[in-house]
Amino acid sequence: CPSPQAIVWDEYLTGPFGLIAQYSLLKEHEVEKMFTLKPGRLPQADVKNIIFFVRPKLELMDIITDNVLREDRGRSPQRDFHILFVPRRSLLCEQWLKEQGVLGSFIHREQYSLDLIPFDGDLLSMESDGAFKECYLESDQTSLYHAAKGLMTLQALYGTIPQIFGKGDCARHVANMMIRMKREFPGSQNSIFPVFDTLLLLDRNVDLLTPLATQLTYEGLIDEIYGIQNTYVKLPPEKFAPKKQGEGGKDLPTEPKKLQLNSAEELYAEIRDKNFNAVGSVLSKKAKIISAAFEERHHAKTVGEIKQFVSQLPHMQAARSSLANHTSIAELIKDITTSEDFFDNLTVEQEFMSGIDTDKVNNYIEDCIAQKHPLIKILRLVCLQSVCNSGLKQKVLDHYKREILQTYGYEHVLTLNNLEKAGLLKPQASSRNNYPTIRKTLRLWMDDVNEQNPNDISYVYSGYAPLSVRLAQLLARPGWRSIEEVLKMLPGPHFEERQQLPTGLQKKRQHGENRVTLVFFLGGVTYAEIAALRFLSQMEDGGTEYVIATTKLINGTSWIKSLMEKLEPAPF
Amino acid sequence: MSRARADEEEYWHSSKFRAFTFDDEDDELSQLKETKRTVNSLRGIDDDDDDDDDLERVSWSGEPVGSISWSIKETASSSTSSVEGRDSSLQKGSSSYAAFPKQVSSYSLSSLFKGRNKLPSFQSLSDALSDTGVKNYAPELRRPKAEYKDYSSDWSPKDTVRRMQRGKVCSLERFRSLQDKLVLLDEAVAGHDGNVITAVLIFLKRTLRREILFRELEVRQVALCHLIHFLKETDEQKLLLDLLRFLDRSEEVALSQYREHLNIQDVEKRKEFLKACIGLPFSAEDTSHIQDHYTLLERQIIIEASDRHLEKAGQSEIFQRYPRKASILNMPLVTTLFYSCFYHYTEAEGTFSSPTNLKKTFKIPDKQYVLTALAARAKLRAWDDVDALFTTKNWLGYTKKKAPIGFHRVVEILQRNSAPVQVLQEYVRLVEDVETRLNLATKYKCHDVVIETYRDLKDRIQLTAYKCKVERGSAEEEKINSILNNT
Repeated sequence: CPSPQAIVWDEYLTGPFGLIAQYSLLKEHEVEKMFTLKPGRLPQADVKNIIFFVRPKLELMDIITDNVLREDRGRSPQRDFHILFVPRRSLLCEQWLKEQGVLGSFIHREQYSLDLIPFDGDLLSMESDGAFKECYLESDQTSLYHAAKGLMTLQALYGTIPQIFGKGDCARHVANMMIRMKREFPGSQNSIFPVFDTLLLLDRNVDLLTPLATQLTYEGLIDEIYGIQNTYVKLPPEKFAPKKQGEGGKDLPTEPKKLQLNSAEELYAEIRDKNFNAVGSVLSKKAKIISAAFEERHHAKTVGEIKQFVSQLPHMQAARSSLANHTSIAELIKDITTSEDFFDNLTVEQEFMSGIDTDKVNNYIEDCIAQKHPLIKILRLVCLQSVCNSGLKQKVLDHYKREILQTYGYEHVLTLNNLEKAGLLKPQASSRNNYPTIRKTLRLWMDDVNEQNPNDISYVYSGYAPLSVRLAQLLARPGWRSIEEVLKMLPGPHFEERQQLPTGLQKKRQHGENRVTLVFFLGGVTYAEIAALRFLSQMEDGGTEYVIATTKLINGTSWIKSLMEKLEPAPF
Repeated sequence: MSRARADEEEYWHSSKFRAFTFDDEDDELSQLKETKRTVNSLRGIDDDDDDDDDLERVSWSGEPVGSISWSIKETASSSTSSVEGRDSSLQKGSSSYAAFPKQVSSYSLSSLFKGRNKLPSFQSLSDALSDTGVKNYAPELRRPKAEYKDYSSDWSPKDTVRRMQRGKVCSLERFRSLQDKLVLLDEAVAGHDGNVITAVLIFLKRTLRREILFRELEVRQVALCHLIHFLKETDEQKLLLDLLRFLDRSEEVALSQYREHLNIQDVEKRKEFLKACIGLPFSAEDTSHIQDHYTLLERQIIIEASDRHLEKAGQSEIFQRYPRKASILNMPLVTTLFYSCFYHYTEAEGTFSSPTNLKKTFKIPDKQYVLTALAARAKLRAWDDVDALFTTKNWLGYTKKKAPIGFHRVVEILQRNSAPVQVLQEYVRLVEDVETRLNLATKYKCHDVVIETYRDLKDRIQLTAYKCKVERGSAEEEKINSILNNT
């Protein structure tokens, strides 16, 4: 539009958009103002056009309706409204707007297909909050449709992926849709040399266990404790002392400290995927190196030497401030991981995962309920126990349910039902517990885990090797044929599809050249799983490198939360 | 920060693999502290870090869009490459990704993105902003011929669905016969796009008789799920329940109806609603929970009315000393029990608000009851009540201390409520496991218990060592001395 404009943002979108566009860029395109979407009258702004950037959600449509209806008709010049749906234009929403009588107020209604957002050099996410819930509770496969579309886009850019493997119902659906889309656009055969050799589609419900366990990598723990949102984390400010001298007298900051976390930061790239127990020694080593580097200034005698030193200064300073930040974060985390409760919780998790006492009521869980620990923590543990026992004995399940309802309120019966529907919490169907077989065959529990200098992916959970990543690992070598039996025990079909490439594009692999596999987690992936895949990428004789895509970055807490029934806030 | 990028890469590259070969085995915490000290000591030298650059802040008229402006500022100031790239961002879309990290994995998307002319998301964002009239922002694959035709009213069901998937408006009205409508629905389902499926369902819902719609959906599970989801979203409770009933999904009907109570603010109405829910076809297990939910709210209403009155009248001592912080309405059962143990502990079992009555009505397990009562009485520092809670008399009249939760838990709870040592040690003494007992006694300075335990263990060394933990010239010291002398 030629004239100045204002954007009204659905707040949820600002995070992902912040990753791909900068304000300066928007400004070049005459975006004068930006507001967050909220009910009431729109703020004053001397612009001709108002553009709503929103997800297609009905509750947001209500807010927009309110905004539009309150717009002062008499004002001049009149402002024009436009609406941009992300990622899809929704007929349902438009219908809704029509019923409210405001649809006509919008001059343009368009969509902006933001399917896969790059989060890091090897990580893409759709940031679709409800994907798991929609797929497994509501049987709404829209997010799978977007996933398939995203994959088609990716193939248009990086070449057709010759091999597709998958496990799970949703994986099957996505593969079907991709094949169908390809058939419907025969012209889509592109002439790009394929970057990816293999696509692996994995359903989250094939591995319900992994997200429930507490992640023990550095990044995983930051996420577990503080929650990483669109690569940003907000931390309590106390440990981040004022930056400069002379500000020492100032009061401690009260605003949370906000940091961006990605591999652009060298130190973070090095430690993010390590087991937290291995982080301290790296930090102390780095401190010594940097400290020595700064010391060198005393030895710089000649102008040349001084010049050399000065030229390194910016880098050294960046490294120093990065080190300071991560030392503070590590301290914050250490306070938590050394607490008694963290230890007890972890002990119980590890007992369940290694198959100890999964068939009876657990004392620690009971104690936590009695002390009214957060409900989500309880649910994580109970679900973990259920998954590790292929379902709980009816008596045990009933006991937990009763305790939870009596302590946290009967209305949570709805949440418990959701968890049952998703398969996270269930009565044992037969007397047979498959988990021990799965655990042994896939070597999910490793007793001799090396946290400092790992030789197996199980380091990310200090003993437990994430099932999902094990499947990826075994697919690369020796192949899934070796684990047919176990694959049959896990839910959903497993399959292989091939996409023909024109002869000219077929890869002739150089000796020692790695294969590249794109692993797509349908329903969410945790940072610990990402760490495990990166670990496999780095293995010297691994032979496979991984790029990761997902519908959403999750941890046990955010995941369980997405399955909980939205309850009215407590009356006070 | 990125000025020395090249150097930086080399520098870090060389040190990259050392990460796996550390030798320090020191205690982690002290290591962290030391690291921090080292880092802090370096602070004096630099004076950059000034992130405030000239980038203009967005003026929000009081309502800042936090994250995007913030991230804009951050990325802009930390990466020159992206700033430079801005001007040419349209022809060289990958520039924005140059700001994207160098990878842990040697494979990185940033390298993948390089050299591509058309970076879809970037391109389209700028398009979207420069010209909202541009029809298609999405990175579309090549479109079929049909797409270029002008508006036509003669789309096949398949084309209609495909158009809708592209976000184009289509009139569905021309699908008149049931046959046509169902073909349309099946096409939509085959496309897996929930948006389109829902749109078609809305159309069918409007134009088909209910029985026919239900009947046809029964054999189309995917579409059925979407309709159920849609009805839930839009709160069309009545139609939803009809549908679920038609499908014989009685439990879902029950839960779905029960969910409604959350929208009822008025407690009396909510209570009546819950009462009506009891008869619904829940699973046996859930039925008893719903029944309890109703009974609990009924109780709470009675208790609330009477207590509010008591509190206002100012006659009751307990309410004056400990004014209620909130109403008890809609609180969970255990919270209610705590409340009743706090304010109504001594009441006879006959009253609705007495703890024993609650315990009986809701079949609260002993363990749960004792824990809650203990916490409540300890909070009031009513140590006699605490004592009575664990005292049982056998038929000969001997008293005995018993706890269904283990005395170490009792000690913890008492300690949290800052019980005096005299009270505490009485329960520490009852902890059966010797090691736990010693630990607790030492932790909470119950000297007598420690001393007696060592005496019983005949552990002279520990006992002697413990002497330095008690005060000089105190009764405890004397006690230790006398034990040491007597053996």
